[in-house]
Amino acid sequence: MKRVIDLAIVLALLAAVVGSFRYLGLDLKVLLGEGVGGQMADYALRFLRPDLGLEHLQAVGRGALETLAMSGLGTLLAALLGLLLALPAAGRFGWPGKALARLLLNALRAIPELVWAALMVLAAGLGPNAGALALAAHTAGVLGRLFAEALENAPPEPADAIRLEGGSHLAAFCYGTLPNLWPQLLAYMLYRWENNIRMASVLGFVGAGGLGQMLYTTLSLFQERQASTVILAMLALVLLVDALSDRMRQRWVRA
Amino acid sequence: MTVRLTGVGLRLGQVRALDGIDLHIEAGERVAVIGPSGAGKSSLLNLLATALQPDSGTVELLGEAPWRLSGRARQRLRTRIGLIHQAPPLPSRQRVVTTVLAGRLGRWGTLRGLASLLHPRDVPGARAALATLGLADKLFAQCGQLSGGQLQRVGIARVLYQQPELLLADEPVSAMDPVLADHTLETLCRHAGERGVTLVASLHAVELALAHFPRVIGVRDGRLAFDLPAAQVTPERLDALYANAGIASPQAAGAAPAPVQIPRC
Amino acid sequence: MLSRDTRDPAFLPRLLLGLLAVLVLWPGIRLAELDPRVLFQADSRQAMGGFLAGFWPPAHGAEFLELLLDATLQTLAVATAGMALALLLAVPMSLLASRALSLSAASRSGRPSTLGLVLRWPVRALLVFLRSVPEIVWALLFVRAVGLGPTAGVLAIAITYSGMLGKVYAEIFESVGQRPAHALMQAGAGRLSAFFYGILPSAAGELVSYTVYRWECAVRASVVMGFVGAGGLGQQIDLSMRMFAGAEVASMLLTFLLLVWLADQLSRLLRGRLA
Repeated sequence: MKRVIDLAIVLALLAAVVGSFRYLGLDLKVLLGEGVGGQMADYALRFLRPDLGLEHLQAVGRGALETLAMSGLGTLLAALLGLLLALPAAGRFGWPGKALARLLLNALRAIPELVWAALMVLAAGLGPNAGALALAAHTAGVLGRLFAEALENAPPEPADAIRLEGGSHLAAFCYGTLPNLWPQLLAYMLYRWENNIRMASVLGFVGAGGLGQMLYTTLSLFQERQASTVILAMLALVLLVDALSDRMRQRWVRA
Repeated sequence: MTVRLTGVGLRLGQVRALDGIDLHIEAGERVAVIGPSGAGKSSLLNLLATALQPDSGTVELLGEAPWRLSGRARQRLRTRIGLIHQAPPLPSRQRVVTTVLAGRLGRWGTLRGLASLLHPRDVPGARAALATLGLADKLFAQCGQLSGGQLQRVGIARVLYQQPELLLADEPVSAMDPVLADHTLETLCRHAGERGVTLVASLHAVELALAHFPRVIGVRDGRLAFDLPAAQVTPERLDALYANAGIASPQAAGAAPAPVQIPRC
Repeated sequence: MLSRDTRDPAFLPRLLLGLLAVLVLWPGIRLAELDPRVLFQADSRQAMGGFLAGFWPPAHGAEFLELLLDATLQTLAVATAGMALALLLAVPMSLLASRALSLSAASRSGRPSTLGLVLRWPVRALLVFLRSVPEIVWALLFVRAVGLGPTAGVLAIAITYSGMLGKVYAEIFESVGQRPAHALMQAGAGRLSAFFYGILPSAAGELVSYTVYRWECAVRASVVMGFVGAGGLGQQIDLSMRMFAGAEVASMLLTFLLLVWLADQLSRLLRGRLA
């Protein structure tokens, strides 16, 4: 019986795939054939000689630093906010606090970064500030939930022992729970930073500064050579953050 | 009188862990608590540490009734009571020096306590406490790198550093070999004697109890079976206490480090 | 006997780390122009408040709802078609890149020869490149190349996700214990046979699980790509935001939340059944 259902599911999936192609009116032959294929090849060729002039490189360099700062600070801010919300969300302040905190975290998480960025640009104006705040808002929701789960799974004995010898709640948390918890928090933060550096490039499309804004401008002005420099810079940033994050994991997360 | 329990009863879940306990302990006394597994030794010690609240009877510790005090006053009382846990509640990723200094968190106040996390405030004091237990060289090691017996000694060092007036020990030497256990108990008793500290220790090794403690209390099924000077504890009494008791296995000491889950994506 | 040394060996590293943090954070904050106080200023609150006020009631005219349904189906179709293409690309790449099918590793108890590693390197580099460029950049490029609409989205997802799927598939192949496959290869079986008989049976569950999870991510990604013109729900949200039509944006955001939730449930169901 199970096999029949499984087979039915696989057939349904295949049908869904075929249906999707037809709904969109896509035809693989057309996609890869002369019309579209040729267009794409032409377009791609225009990217093959990136502009490496000093002036443009300086602008790209500045944009890259802006994007890096935006993503890093956004993640850091999100971690602080997330930790603050994770405490009630893990039930440390009773049931109503837990429900409220979880609701808030879900709301922050559900709205995608791009929408947050559009809202922040509205509120804070154009530039990387809006991007950093947007990343902070969305990531706080994600990190807050991950932190809350980690908190709930943390063994209570060390903190209870501190309370039992007369320590305050804060001291019990810092001496008892935090030492074994913070490597996991750091792992989550690094994971989100890797994601945010990719998103930060993109938020520039709605005006949040950095490399994304440069890419949008150069593409709109049909300056493909300049655009390809920006794309190379984006690639370099992503690889840099991945490498840094890996180093930090080796050093602090693995026991 | 340091400890006065009158008709104390305690229920844990479905089980009546303690029933009708009457206990008087004077300041500076050294008392051992023995009995089969599940008899209620740990429950008794946790009750004395104010970790558990009795549902009948009265408790008076160091001249105060802990469960009639406000939360803040109870916390102040707790700084004068030290409990050596059976399984040391020490985070594996914390350094020994920080964990020993945590003993005085109750006295230091939150700000000074938090500052000590960044830079340990009283390294000589921690070193001295560890030296009495032979672990001075492990001062800057991580708790996760220690063996079970070493971890238990660090737990003891923390309580010694706390300098309580009432020192409670729940199976403090269960993970140690017999020679080390004997030596550690001797250190504890000497420490208590020098400072006039009241010491109450539960032990599953009866010979150690009889060797180091002048007063022995036998607990069975949540009740006091006997409360005698060590010299009067006869083999017949011991047989009666441990009749039909299973073999007590020492609890594994030392918490395993929590596995860090790194999300893949 | 006891030295009076109060020095903490961790003091210097911690101090240096603290200094490094300050040295990095200070210019970082200046670069990002970070200023959360802006959010609490009166005029920005007014701007956001006015915009958010238009959210209630969410738009629900019949014509609009039809448009919404169409856009949602388009988003789902983009994600599914994109994943299908990504799979087509990812499977051969992962087979090429994985050390699990290395003939040299089979004879050297799991460690490929240098030649084996070097020959695999171009495929691995390609996979890294494909998934490191953010998918929305690919979407933007494809929009410029093939015009507005869902085609750009499908191609962008296909390219980026082929990189992600390829890498994770290769890792899964390597993680499910390579001894059966190595034994088969040493006995003379071809690499493909070794794969089907030696690796696929144990890896299938994890492969399916990850693929379904990625499909769910693809649904969200295709909405985001709509913002740069790749069709679907995202493009509609972008249009409505530009026109400050708060009610429409509200409906579309709600639909998006519902869609994400449905995708999550479907993903759990499929993973439970098939993995």
